[in-house]
Amino acid sequence: MNLKKKAYELRKDVVDMIYRAKTGHIGGDLSVMEILVDLYYKQMNVTPENFKDADHDRFVMSKGHSVEALYAVLADRGFFPKEDLKTFAAFGSKYIGHPTNKVNGIEMNTGSLGHGLGVGVGMALAGKMNDKNYRVYVVMGDGELAEGSVWEAAMAGSHFKLDNLTAFVDRNHLQISGTTEQVMNQKSQETRWAAFGWNVIRVPGNDLDAIDDAVEIAKKIKDKPTVIIAHTVKGCGISFVENQVGWHHHVPNDEEYQAALKELDERGAQYE
Amino acid sequence: MNKIANKTIMNNVLIEEAAKDKDIIVLCSDSRGSAGLGPYSKEHPKQFVEVGIAEQNLVTIAAGLASCGKKSFVFSPASFLSTRSMEQAKVDVAYSHTNVKLVGISGGVSYGELGMTHQSANDIAIMASTPGMRVYLPCDRFQTEKLLRALLQDKDPAYIRIGRNAVEDVYEEGNVPFELNKSTLVQDGTDVTIIACGEMVQGAKAAGALLKEKNISARVIDMYCLKPIDEEAIIKAAKETKLILTVEEHVKIGGLGSMVAQVAAENAPVKVVSIGLPDEPAIAGKSAQIFKYYGLDAEGIVKKISELL
Repeated sequence: MNLKKKAYELRKDVVDMIYRAKTGHIGGDLSVMEILVDLYYKQMNVTPENFKDADHDRFVMSKGHSVEALYAVLADRGFFPKEDLKTFAAFGSKYIGHPTNKVNGIEMNTGSLGHGLGVGVGMALAGKMNDKNYRVYVVMGDGELAEGSVWEAAMAGSHFKLDNLTAFVDRNHLQISGTTEQVMNQKSQETRWAAFGWNVIRVPGNDLDAIDDAVEIAKKIKDKPTVIIAHTVKGCGISFVENQVGWHHHVPNDEEYQAALKELDERGAQYE
Repeated sequence: MNKIANKTIMNNVLIEEAAKDKDIIVLCSDSRGSAGLGPYSKEHPKQFVEVGIAEQNLVTIAAGLASCGKKSFVFSPASFLSTRSMEQAKVDVAYSHTNVKLVGISGGVSYGELGMTHQSANDIAIMASTPGMRVYLPCDRFQTEKLLRALLQDKDPAYIRIGRNAVEDVYEEGNVPFELNKSTLVQDGTDVTIIACGEMVQGAKAAGALLKEKNISARVIDMYCLKPIDEEAIIKAAKETKLILTVEEHVKIGGLGSMVAQVAAENAPVKVVSIGLPDEPAIAGKSAQIFKYYGLDAEGIVKKISELL
């Protein structure tokens, strides 16, 4: 399947999980999808077969609330049966509302923001120490960048010259309480990362080709980590969810659910 | 007087073991000197990671390394490790179940003159109440070595608190009874039981000898393993002696005393009295002065038991 269409098919899984469980963070799931599709279907060397090997590429979902998008991708890549998605957030389920390494395909538990980049630094450092060629990818939210620990990790990433580390910022401009600019200004993100010694690439974040090009560039940069500031649309793919702060973790009702699936089908169909 | 601090023993053991195992990684904040890691860092520069004054990142990086097969040993003052980076200990170490051993140096009131910022008087409570985190407070250099060698064999998270300075030996070289997660019987007795941990064991042992002169038979238990705590030894003491006194360099809330009282109350109710640090910033001074002030030395223990019997 065309991967651009794939991103829309996976969005339908996300909507279905959230509608069924009556919980989830739909806005960020939809904004981050092309990043995950590029990594898991094109870029990363990670499969259910090699996941326990020392050489596979590492991924950390630092914005853990976008776990529904990650579960949808992992299920589609065969890390666990797609049927399991129906148990998302159910009583006693291991598919809880933030990433957990009890689920096959997930390396580290996240949920509290500001942890993933430091984990990625440790993973990338281990790769250098062991002369491994694997790469490490971390996805953060833009609201998450208000966490001080992100910047401790950013400092260390450039200090240790971790060119095997690529971080993404899902720059969708919204967080739970409003725009990032209202809550805590993020306008100068590109400058901030550059000042911390990172190679900075800005891309339209729901454009699969642009993301893939950026990841390719990052792989060629030496002696410094790369951050890809992915300017995304929160709620991307469903017109009434897009750029709406209220849809950070709103659960669709029956009517909205049907309308969402219909629109995602239509938008995906253009890539057939 | 022994001049070798527990941290020095850890440094020596890690120098030896890291030479045999390239996956052993020692990390510190800006604490290379205070952790006594100078010799290790010179011997194994490629297995040494310094992250600067950034304790949160220190623990998270250690966890990231561990997730890729490394055996991370993190050294930082107990005061910061157990509070500033507590969420990282909870999420990246305990919850993600990474092979990270957190070593809280200069624990308790080691930095007695520096105020509450530098004291870790509630680290046992914080760490032990975190699912998946084990907690150890070894008393002397010999036990510290045994504990470290045991922990080098497993892949589970742990927090180890040690003090800043050299302390008197409790055990003798070549005669160090040790079983992981089982307390050590320092002295047997039938009237009362003194249960202590960390640097308090030395005072408890001395108190046991002083009580003998007063014809009081005191059992002295070294509960270096706070979690998992040795319930069997507590229950036995609760059944066989008429009073348990716990002694800890920690506030009385959530520490050794709380844990012992809970085990005793649930299994074999007996009077349990705790001595520890107060629920306020500890008085300023050297460790020994502070211990004496709060009755956390042999004299204080004897006095307390004499009052209670």
